[in-house]
Amino acid sequence: MADTMQFDLVSPERQLASGQVLSIEVPGSDGDMTVMPDHAATITTLRPGILRVAGSDGTSEYVVTGGFAEISPTGVTVLAERAVARGDMTQETFDDMMKEAHSTYSTIRETFKNEPGPVDDAAKLLADMVAVGTHIGLDSKQANL
Amino acid sequence: MANLKVLKNRIASVKSTRKITKAMQMVAAAKLRRAQEAAEASRPYTERFNAVMAGLAASVGGSDTAPKLLSGTGSDKVQLLVVMTSERGLCGGFNTNIVKLAKAKARDLLAEGKELKILTVGKKGRDQLKRDFGKHFIGHVDMSEVKRLGYADAQGIAKDILGRFDNGEFDVATIFYAKFVNVVSQTPTAHQIIPATFDAEDGETDTTALFDYEPSEEAILADLLPRGVATAIFSGLLENAASEQGARMSAMDNATRNAGDMIESLTIQYNRSRQAVITNELIEIISGAEAL
Repeated sequence: MADTMQFDLVSPERQLASGQVLSIEVPGSDGDMTVMPDHAATITTLRPGILRVAGSDGTSEYVVTGGFAEISPTGVTVLAERAVARGDMTQETFDDMMKEAHSTYSTIRETFKNEPGPVDDAAKLLADMVAVGTHIGLDSKQANL
Repeated sequence: MANLKVLKNRIASVKSTRKITKAMQMVAAAKLRRAQEAAEASRPYTERFNAVMAGLAASVGGSDTAPKLLSGTGSDKVQLLVVMTSERGLCGGFNTNIVKLAKAKARDLLAEGKELKILTVGKKGRDQLKRDFGKHFIGHVDMSEVKRLGYADAQGIAKDILGRFDNGEFDVATIFYAKFVNVVSQTPTAHQIIPATFDAEDGETDTTALFDYEPSEEAILADLLPRGVATAIFSGLLENAASEQGARMSAMDNATRNAGDMIESLTIQYNRSRQAVITNELIEIISGAEAL
């Protein structure tokens, strides 16, 4: 069994990371999962959360807001709509993301007044964002302004 | 002599025009490099995305439950053309070529009795289409405030289009943009985004069929299709940005060369008439002296 696998993190604007890694914690929309080499081929969508990548030279973390991951036995490709390295995450960027999540939530709540499905999904999205903020020590309340 | 003065002014003005076109060419060259880099950087995402989508579309596409964004509304009565052009002119045939393609398509559709709707992105395309198809306009996206093209811009446009689709405003959407081939050639391209089409690379589809899907295939597809629209628009915008700068660069290169030729011929003309004046004066002086 191979020790490492190929990992690519790409956003529409650029390729953020690429290299050999040991394991990856993916915030899947049905729950977190840790991917190690020789994982069964899977495609999963992502919820807002933290992507944790363990390489031979330490762990790096990225904040992703959505997208999907393509997992194969030899590697993982994460296609994130928006991904920011945790170190680059500032209150400002986070406020931006929160504002976006809030506006999505309110538009969806207006469009689908009597359908619980989409509204619940949006509420979950918002809650996920808040959880991310708490996790990395940023204030999610400021963005409500 | 008035004639000499006119020529001199003319040369000075062509020279300053040449300076401007030369500067524009250099600015376009610098911007082109940036635009090309941006287009290059987005390619991995687009390629992976399309490969995954092609696999998904192939396995789910045939079923009755396939999302409307993939299978269409079952009609092609109302057609939306999204014409993406630049905000600025002086870039050769760039805008005209895109508009020409869009116009040809629009005429075909009208001849077939389809209902036509046009959404323009970028000022130049709107101006050119207004005269013939102004009554079909349903909206315009202003990009003049956008300094650096980001995915968010594409998302904004996609949101607008998807909102209209959900409201049943149209059945089929096609985007028009110029694909960047190289500095001297940009191909105007039409790409249908709703119902979605994905160009699968050979062999890719076989492997994607073996994937586990979490959540279900349908749920992923429903989640990803709207993103596919944004991705297609984003790559169109990036191609357009590179094409625009490429077209401007070669147009300005031509203009600079033309100005150079013009200066040359004007200078020759100027020197000739200057010499003619001198000769004339000499003849006058000599014949005056002989007459004594």
